[in-house]
Amino acid sequence: MGMTIAEKIIARAAGVPQVKAGDIHTVNLDRMMTNDGTTHLTVDMYHNKLKNPRIADPKKMVFIVDHNVPSDSAKTAASQKKMRDFAREHGIDFWEGKGVCHQIMMEHYVCPGELIFGADSHTCTYGALGAFGTGVGCTDLLYGMVTGTSWVLVPETVRFYLTGELKEGVYPRDLMLSVIGEIGASGVSYQVMEFCGPGARTLSVNDRMVLCNLAVEAGAKTALFEADQIALDWLEARGRKPKAVFRSDEDAVYVREYTFDLGEIRPVAAKPDFVDDVVPVEEVCGVRIDEAFLGSCNNGRIDDLRVGAAIVKGRKIADHVRFLVVPASQEVYLQALEEGLIDTFMRSGAIVMNPNCSVCWGSCQGVIGENEVLISTGTRNFKGRAGHPSSRVYLGSAATVAASAVKGEICTAGML
Amino acid sequence: MSVGKIFKFHNDLDTDQIIASQYLLLPTIDEMKVHTFESLDPEFPHKVKPGDYVVGGDNFGCGSSREQAPGVLKALGIQAVVARSFARIFYRNAINIGLPVIVCRELPDQVETGDEMELSMTEGTVRAGGKVYSCTKLPPYMQQILNQGGLIASLNEEEV
Repeated sequence: MGMTIAEKIIARAAGVPQVKAGDIHTVNLDRMMTNDGTTHLTVDMYHNKLKNPRIADPKKMVFIVDHNVPSDSAKTAASQKKMRDFAREHGIDFWEGKGVCHQIMMEHYVCPGELIFGADSHTCTYGALGAFGTGVGCTDLLYGMVTGTSWVLVPETVRFYLTGELKEGVYPRDLMLSVIGEIGASGVSYQVMEFCGPGARTLSVNDRMVLCNLAVEAGAKTALFEADQIALDWLEARGRKPKAVFRSDEDAVYVREYTFDLGEIRPVAAKPDFVDDVVPVEEVCGVRIDEAFLGSCNNGRIDDLRVGAAIVKGRKIADHVRFLVVPASQEVYLQALEEGLIDTFMRSGAIVMNPNCSVCWGSCQGVIGENEVLISTGTRNFKGRAGHPSSRVYLGSAATVAASAVKGEICTAGML
Repeated sequence: MSVGKIFKFHNDLDTDQIIASQYLLLPTIDEMKVHTFESLDPEFPHKVKPGDYVVGGDNFGCGSSREQAPGVLKALGIQAVVARSFARIFYRNAINIGLPVIVCRELPDQVETGDEMELSMTEGTVRAGGKVYSCTKLPPYMQQILNQGGLIASLNEEEV
């Protein structure tokens, strides 16, 4: 029986010739990533709960401070110090303030064919390079760090066949929000989203990251693209080589298949408080906003900053709006500086900030107050996600966010 | 398990509601637990008693992988979480820390906050309001992790 990309990665990591959905296997993990959202708890458990504390292979571990950086309080500083000290003591790669964890992982570590656990739900981003990344909690992360292994239930795979090409002014984020709106917040629960078809080949690695990153918002265990020439060229340019290049067999088993014509996708927004409450942007036009956010592991890359900068160039941000621009990494930030994008943003009145998770996770910078409204390129719009429980978050593309920041209310770029 | 009071929550209940981001970097779960379900009911940590149950709808625990979410529920003494379905990371995290979770399709629509129920993980049944509801038992592999008190306890046991 044929296997999907996900099944082939798990089979390789389990050291067996064949796996099928529903099997439970012990796997060797290729990499583990953990950030300041939970690592202080992992370190405490390492010291206080383990009978035989050890690290199977420090070279497989990556610690990244990105959620509350620079720290906002003495308690945060203490939690981050615990993480920093542990990484240094054990020879673990440690990053701080250099970017959002998934962006750092993509820029410096992820290789096609790898099985990666990350103590962050958006670890599914790595499927853009044909790697199986999945989010876990800090106990799973600790077990993996100690033993180098874990257990996985082999998930079913759902095929997303993409045709056509996105039209001018429509972005991968509009596509993925549309997909989630269609299948729902638990539409692919416990399953893998495999993106394929001629439409997939029109998407760059950065575009693919946007799609894979949000897969968890539909309940997926991960999302995957085949590591095709586009992915391999991207990898080679960064001096890395694939672990293994897999493609799904002709007779691989898919539990369901969806087809999306990229040419049919239109600019959309997700309304508060659910990522799957997706409507055409026109339906929410006119909603007055207090803050706009361009950034995050989903949409803070150079492509997104270019889109936003082109819209605000020569214009001013509305007086009553705080417009936060947060490049996803220092690499992105430096590129944006070189291209003059940062200059454009600052002249428009935007607040350009250091790479971090920012208001996307509601506990760093730009937290919003009672009844305030945010339009965001972040990952989630749950109740209170960006601050006060009564505040509201709309999700949209970089173009929609930048245009709304100028107008002071939700609008499309075409309406400026 | 013993009889306990039900606290019922809506479909697609996300982990931000269980414990908000701003409390995640507090030093310990005990410091976080007083903020459990704060956005929905700030009095929850005072109302809940050890032995009570959380009942959810579809996709309970979706969103962030924060293990603090099942962590604060366990720290408050919640005996188990029963839902129509779970988001996978919450489900796995709960088992890993030794908090019983089980899928029961019919129960959530038949009970309200304040009702009493009793769960048997071994039988895979819930008793509430004079009725017996059947649940989807955990795969043996996961039930064993739970029986041992969670993933780290099971790891320690292997290392005798």
